[in-house]
Amino acid sequence: MSYDLLCLIWFGLLGVLLAGYAILDGFDLGVGMLHPLAKTDKERRIFMNSIGPLWDGNEVWLITFGGALFAAFPNAYASVFSGFYIAFMLLLTALILRAVSMEFRSKRPGKWWRRFWDSCFLLGSTIAPLLYGVAIGNMLRGIPLKENQDYAGTFFDLLNPYSLGVGIMALALFVMHGNIYLYLKTEGELQKKLHDWIWRHFFLFLAIYLVMTVWTMIEVPHALDNFKHFPIAWVIVVLNVLAIANIPRAIYHNRPLYSFISSSCTIAALVFLVGMALYPNLVTSSIEPATRSITIYQDASSMKTLQIMLVIAVLGMPCVISYTIAIYWVFRGKVKLDSHSY
Amino acid sequence: MEFDVVFLSRLQFAFTIMVHYLFPPLSIGLGVLLVVFEAIWLKTGDPEWHRLTKFWVKLFAVTFAVGVATGIVMEFEFGTNWAVYSRFVGDVFGSALAAEGIFAFFLESGFLAVLVFGWDRVGKKMHFFATLMVCLGSIFSSIWIVVANSWQQTPAGHHIVAAARGQRAEIVDFWTVVLNPSTIDRLVHVWIGALLTGTFFVMSISAYYLLRNRHVVFAKRSFTVALILGTIAAVAAPLSGDSSARLVAREQPSKLAAMEGLYETTEGGTPITVFGVPDDEAQELKYALQIPAGLSLLTYRDITTPVVGLDRFNPADRPPVLLPFLSFHLMVGIGSLLIVMTLAALFLLWRGTLFEQRWLLWGFVFAIVLVYLGNQSGWVAAEVGRQPWIVQAEFAPVMAARENPDVFYEYHEMDFTRPVNGLRTQDAVSGAINREMVAGSLVMFGLIYLLLVLVWVFVLNTKIHAGPEEGEAAASGEARKGGFFAVAADQADAAGPSSYTDARRKETDGDD
Repeated sequence: MSYDLLCLIWFGLLGVLLAGYAILDGFDLGVGMLHPLAKTDKERRIFMNSIGPLWDGNEVWLITFGGALFAAFPNAYASVFSGFYIAFMLLLTALILRAVSMEFRSKRPGKWWRRFWDSCFLLGSTIAPLLYGVAIGNMLRGIPLKENQDYAGTFFDLLNPYSLGVGIMALALFVMHGNIYLYLKTEGELQKKLHDWIWRHFFLFLAIYLVMTVWTMIEVPHALDNFKHFPIAWVIVVLNVLAIANIPRAIYHNRPLYSFISSSCTIAALVFLVGMALYPNLVTSSIEPATRSITIYQDASSMKTLQIMLVIAVLGMPCVISYTIAIYWVFRGKVKLDSHSY
Repeated sequence: MEFDVVFLSRLQFAFTIMVHYLFPPLSIGLGVLLVVFEAIWLKTGDPEWHRLTKFWVKLFAVTFAVGVATGIVMEFEFGTNWAVYSRFVGDVFGSALAAEGIFAFFLESGFLAVLVFGWDRVGKKMHFFATLMVCLGSIFSSIWIVVANSWQQTPAGHHIVAAARGQRAEIVDFWTVVLNPSTIDRLVHVWIGALLTGTFFVMSISAYYLLRNRHVVFAKRSFTVALILGTIAAVAAPLSGDSSARLVAREQPSKLAAMEGLYETTEGGTPITVFGVPDDEAQELKYALQIPAGLSLLTYRDITTPVVGLDRFNPADRPPVLLPFLSFHLMVGIGSLLIVMTLAALFLLWRGTLFEQRWLLWGFVFAIVLVYLGNQSGWVAAEVGRQPWIVQAEFAPVMAARENPDVFYEYHEMDFTRPVNGLRTQDAVSGAINREMVAGSLVMFGLIYLLLVLVWVFVLNTKIHAGPEEGEAAASGEARKGGFFAVAADQADAAGPSSYTDARRKETDGDD
């Protein structure tokens, strides 16, 4: 297997990990953002417990993505993580705050106690996807890199309007995704309410999606360059549109599982399109892009490392996927509150 | 001491890793105990063992969750604060990290859900399998992270390559990297520390219940199992420690010198210091209480070969002595105390009077603090003793002191015109960050970790006070406390299947 092919495979595998993370943690972040819309304490507990046994495993996808980036493309990992220092520190705060508030909330019945942890849960669940979106927005636009590939900008440079727009799109996407997930996990009156919200959140997402698609064409003109070389990729664009269209269709026909699968496909397709826009760069430098950009061919780990990791991934991924499915199977069905609940 | 990016980043890494390391050893040690507890339950069918396992699972779950949250921080920090280091080691660490991510993390967190939430959803055997997998997963991840750290101490199986952007270490032989000279010794020592943490944690809480005369049957059983495993670990610790120290003498002589407070190479046998106050300014050990030739005896098994002191290194290559010396001696002292405690308790258990020794039980309530101090100080000695290197530089083949008492260790300075053979900590930090950023994040971590540790202590405390669920076997006259009833009532109100999937699940789960 040639070195270039290995680099490409690892670029693809990173995409798979990122898509897996976005789909899985996406719905539990979405549930976190929807949480304050639940009015009674019991409803809020149902929301929290719908993700109770799963969020931890979902975040492992992020850890694995980080690890794989470090391992396969150390230069990209080093430049992005050190360059987005403040953003990453905020992200860590948000993720920890979320975990803590889920553990803490149920431990005392007091109204202010629960209200406080509810706010932390909301805050953590909102900041994290916003930062993911902002990061992706900046990766698409390109960031200034010094000659040694260190980031040359500041934190506030990251908060440009376009990237914030992508951040808001990420919020809307995850809210809709989480909403569909909750619809699957609830019953009775609560489920009826969630049904109405799906429509609201779907159209919100759709509107933002359309705006951001146009904006991306204007802001990131090179985003479509790769489609000239790989016209087959247009299939993904078509599938993306079909997946989005199928979300309301499946809800209308009362097939929420199909709707959930469609929104998962939408997320996967969007991750793929981001990859198409970046390729062959991992990080595009806005200064002298030809020499300073971090590419998947020049900045990958050695052939040997990529090979060993591929063996590990080939052996491990089927296990991971089968027991992920097994665990979701064990915890299928509607949420029930019991003595193990949050 | 200058509060620059390097110092603040080191401080932040030390702080975050030390808080993180409150959790993994407990998860690993307690995980092993859970497997034993649940195996006994499956074997005997005694419901008392079932509720015993259930109780410890609850405490395990909280610890594990906090461990994951603090673990994400560690992985991100390599990149955020140590970009140069990440570029240098990425290729070598790659395989270990990928293996950890895929085998360990997924195994743990996937089956953790079944372990904690799955009691009523899967059969007994499936649940035991999940417990086993969680335990294995946490042991797996300890392997890969210790492999990576050991490679930094004793790099092997790689070569230095001029890559597209500067130099980096690239893997040559996977198994040589994994089984680098210090991996096995250090891994065994880490596991012993973890087993001590798990067993002393269980003994601490059990002893507390016994002293308060609550959950007596439960506490005696938990204590006995933990004591047996804990004694094995305590006795094994000095054996593994001895092997580890001799390896350090061979591979990282400056680190051994720092841990032993050995500023000057002696003529003939080197004494071992039982007590002393190192003075880094004057480069001498004050008020030393020493056993003649002790260190030579431990290191080389004879009393005449001198052990290399720090005078054989350039000042720029010497680690600080105060911290490694104190923490190393603290660890050894605690280890010795634990041996005495566990052997005494085991003897009294055999005599049948252990659970009447209130003073000893009180000792066990607090001994967990010592175990934690031992774990942390051992790592401080290991990591500070490695300085000034983040990746230890190679040097001329060792055991040198033995053949050539006048050897002087010289390292190449960091110089991009020829391959560097190690990486200094001061050269490893990110170029894109400044002092204010790191100071800010340090404060942030200080606050949020305080919150996190508070949560952990608070939740543990709540669960310990609530105690294990009462079963049929609760005929021991224990005092009851509230908490459980409230939860049970909550459970009742959400009962009743109301959907197709639920009704079907009830049917399939009928064989429980």
